[in-house]
Amino acid sequence: MANNIIVFLEQRNDIIKKSSFETLCFAEKLNSKLSGVLSAVLIGNEIGNLEEIKKYSSANILFIKDERLKLYSPSAYAQALVKVVEANAGDIILFANTSLGRDLAPKVSTKIKAGCLTDCVAIDYEGNELIATRPVYAGKALLKTKIKTDKKVFTLRPNTFPLSPVENIKETQIEILKIDNLDFSIKVIDLIKSSDKADVSEAEIVVAGGRGLKSAENFVLIEELAQALKGAVGASRAVIDAGWRPHDEQVGQTGKTVSPKLYIACGISGAIQHTAGMATSKCIVAINKDNDAPIFSIADYGISGDLFEILPALTEEINTIKKQ
Amino acid sequence: MKIAVCVNYVPDTASKININEDNISIDKTGIAFVLNPYDEYAIEEALKIKEHSGGETFVISAGSESNKEAIRKALAMGIDNGILLITRNELDSYSAAYALADEIKNIGADVVLLGKQSVDYDNSIVGQITAEILNYPCITVVTKLELDGEKVIAEREIEGGKEIVETHLPVVITAQKGLNDPRYASLKGIMTAKKKIIDEKPIAAIDNFTETISIIKPAPKQKGRILGSDKSAVKELVNLLHNEAKAF
Repeated sequence: MANNIIVFLEQRNDIIKKSSFETLCFAEKLNSKLSGVLSAVLIGNEIGNLEEIKKYSSANILFIKDERLKLYSPSAYAQALVKVVEANAGDIILFANTSLGRDLAPKVSTKIKAGCLTDCVAIDYEGNELIATRPVYAGKALLKTKIKTDKKVFTLRPNTFPLSPVENIKETQIEILKIDNLDFSIKVIDLIKSSDKADVSEAEIVVAGGRGLKSAENFVLIEELAQALKGAVGASRAVIDAGWRPHDEQVGQTGKTVSPKLYIACGISGAIQHTAGMATSKCIVAINKDNDAPIFSIADYGISGDLFEILPALTEEINTIKKQ
Repeated sequence: MKIAVCVNYVPDTASKININEDNISIDKTGIAFVLNPYDEYAIEEALKIKEHSGGETFVISAGSESNKEAIRKALAMGIDNGILLITRNELDSYSAAYALADEIKNIGADVVLLGKQSVDYDNSIVGQITAEILNYPCITVVTKLELDGEKVIAEREIEGGKEIVETHLPVVITAQKGLNDPRYASLKGIMTAKKKIIDEKPIAAIDNFTETISIIKPAPKQKGRILGSDKSAVKELVNLLHNEAKAF
């Protein structure tokens, strides 16, 4: 198997995303088995946390710098990446499975005639082959797949591959590249932020509320707990459909897939459409007054009681611990 | 204006999944199949575009005979023509996209709509690949779409906000929840759809880019601990989260 790895490091507002560093850490480990050349590619104008790359990897850094590339352009980004893949004989191209990564990866893969597997939760190197594991059928099964083409493209689920700093990294060069005649036939012309808070799909801690909250106003209990934990607010589909919370907080099948360190499900029964989006969370807490709610079968810890009594007590206790 | 919608026919997410002894396929007996939920938004958008700008609508599905059910549902909602690209082989995202792209070329579609992902394999790449093969621009995970002559403006959902994306026709759009409220098929629509002839075309060659090694059930989670039934359990919970799970 040809073995040069290229990792795409995604910036938003000039900052490289944590999920991109996770992807880079995986690439660094894979590279130690394949002993090819590892390169990290950045596309943007300014990068605020460029130095952080050196904490995780000794990859060659290729920076495609152009002020027009600060915002995403699927056509220009794909064109630039293909150029870099060709110039560096890239065989394995890795992306974080973000909204941008998932949009861009298959566009690049088709241009370089490579197969693409998205949202991988594991990629194992077995018998000279890369085998990717992906959750399918709403998380009810895991599919192990290999890519048959010579070049291979994968996107990695955020919060799944560990960040692992490497010691004694050799000094790396940052090569600044300019690409002529970029194709901006499709481009982002504006970016609208819905809030300054962490997005539910990127947060390390998620506090989610369901129908058991009974009203939009009662979500203040969820917000306060999320704030105490510095986490993000999530919601079940019933809550979004009732108009209590915005759609971008929805976790589950028609919402977002999350994989945080801690997921606290409050007043959520745990239908498959919801658990499909959060079952790979590292630690799951369920608070529900219904003893038989399916959410308890996937929870690590549970309290089967009244959330209106439990949530304020939980927020207070966490605030107390944090002060210590 | 020609508008094509690509649809898939998938197991209802509420169905129980059992794996066959070959360890690479699922047992389809007893599973309820449905039109892929995201495809409903794509169909609705196609109907809205036709109502606004005129034109002809097509629904295309690549797969087995049973995919006709998904096509019928689209016809019942109001799509004009149904096409089944028929094969007995399993298609991966690439072979499906190549088959769809061929047919879209045939039709000469100006707007191509798909659901943002199929809820069976959740790869969410067929739209992008189809667009690349056709050399059309592609906007994914779209929650708002405006066509103004040749110009296309769409909103796409991203982490913590949305991007406003500009491009031109012809275009491939993948639909996200929020794009519209899909209509229900009327009784008249259902009757008309029953009578319509679905154009069947065999898929020439299958060239999958990926190969399934195995499909397994996730390891069952160890039964969690119920710590109590009121706020007296909170102290223990916080202690466990902080010291045992090290979750915060």
